[in-house]
Amino acid sequence: MGDVLTDPVTGLATGALTDAAAGPVRSTPGGGPAAQAEPTGVAGLLDRFIELVPRALTWLNDPLNWTNRGGILDRLGEHLLLSAGAVLIGCLLAWPVGLWLGHRAATAPYRRGRSRTGAVGRNTVVVVSNVTLAIPVLATLTILPLTPIGFGRPAVIVALAIFAVPPLLATAYTGVTEVDAQARDAAVGMGLSGGQLLRRVELPLAVPYLAAGFRTASVQVVATASLAAFVNGGGLGHIILPGFGLGLVTGGDQVVAGGILVAVLALAVEGVLGLAQRAVTPRPLRRTGARRRANPTP
Amino acid sequence: MSPIRGDVGGDIGGGLGGDLGGAAAQGVPGNPWFSWRYVEANADEILRRLLEHVTLTGQAVLIAAAVGVPLAVLAYWVRPATGPILAGAGVLYTIPSLAVFAFVGPLLGIRSVSVLVPLVLYALLMIIRNTLTGLVAVPAEVRDAARGMGYGRLAQLVRIELPLALPGIVTGLRLATVSTVAMTTIGVLVGHGGLGQLILGGFRANFYRAEILTGAVLCVALALALDLLLLAAGWLATPWARRRAA
Repeated sequence: MGDVLTDPVTGLATGALTDAAAGPVRSTPGGGPAAQAEPTGVAGLLDRFIELVPRALTWLNDPLNWTNRGGILDRLGEHLLLSAGAVLIGCLLAWPVGLWLGHRAATAPYRRGRSRTGAVGRNTVVVVSNVTLAIPVLATLTILPLTPIGFGRPAVIVALAIFAVPPLLATAYTGVTEVDAQARDAAVGMGLSGGQLLRRVELPLAVPYLAAGFRTASVQVVATASLAAFVNGGGLGHIILPGFGLGLVTGGDQVVAGGILVAVLALAVEGVLGLAQRAVTPRPLRRTGARRRANPTP
Repeated sequence: MSPIRGDVGGDIGGGLGGDLGGAAAQGVPGNPWFSWRYVEANADEILRRLLEHVTLTGQAVLIAAAVGVPLAVLAYWVRPATGPILAGAGVLYTIPSLAVFAFVGPLLGIRSVSVLVPLVLYALLMIIRNTLTGLVAVPAEVRDAARGMGYGRLAQLVRIELPLALPGIVTGLRLATVSTVAMTTIGVLVGHGGLGQLILGGFRANFYRAEILTGAVLCVALALALDLLLLAAGWLATPWARRRAA
């Protein structure tokens, strides 16, 4: 019962006030050292920054931190494994549904009396993405192991896959609905059935969108996978969290180093998949396709 | 700190919620998914965490809006700045939240400001992006007409462009609010995670389901409530859009 003094409400007042009132007696979570000098003012922050960054780089420069059991390389492998599994499950779930919903919406004009099906697809996509936005990752990570899935990798992967679904679903849907109506007309005129139309015309033309969604989902999952460490699920988060446990005076370098690793990994995935997305996008579509939506300026 | 947990044997509410999600199948007696006893016994703690959550979310979104809307206007006015501001926002958005917490935590220490800074950053991105989208979507004829009527740059912005961009701004605020509510839970890292404290606290207290689910459900409910609140506010603030729709 050590945190009676850490009133969250008054703790939100100005930093100086908090320090004066509760500085020496405030508790830290995870049983870290109780006394924690907190910098006040820009100068204090700058001092700590100047002190922390070289220490983090030193930590990163220690080969043992990379090769030890549970070191960076182990954690990176886990991280990539978790992310790949989650994105794969996400793709298997979201792409067929998204493509089918898009196909139903886009071919609604060809069916008599069923013009409302377009709204169903769009609403599904919107509802799924809104609901998943509201669910904290921490909740799925903690709840799923307690369901029949059980503890271990599968629960973590499923927990992450939930957050891969919305971008994959939305882009699959949009990719099909954005297919040029004339191409679809021509295909229908040539006598293609619904399934043939989807497979031979809509799917290939939707590939740039699918790639964009794949990139977004992957980056998001790689970012989210770092939170798996909260439930001992593996991944690079395991570099950051123990640092907080050690207390920031001793573990600060490890925390910052872990942060750098996680950030660099996310940016690298973004970059690599960005190139991949470009590679699978036919040249005439490159400026206009998926990129136009990301950038609202004309 | 150890909240009183109503997980011993004869739990009154436990029978009611115990069937949820196949808890019985796991064969763990006295670990229901929902327990009134837990909620009653820990009402203070739950309320305190809820209040912390709301406070953090509110502060983050308000600060982000106060900074983000002017930045979006800047990006809108100064066309050469649009690209860099959006690109910067995009890169920042790619950086995982845990990494931002890892940078900010050691700098600012174990206190709620360390949660607030990352929350503001992420909310900022969504608000800038959507505000800019709203501003850019103002029809060129409307802008021409305003200029023709003799509006100055500032008057045009305040009287014409910002009101017309309100739907975009409200969308940004809603997205920012909902994701901030979810992200606040990561504040458990520095002991100020609001309802996240309950979620992870329950997990660490021998996987006490009632506490985890109470935190999670309150979190989602809070996001939904704030979202609806903003939706209603946006609806009230744009009477012209309503008339057009009707």
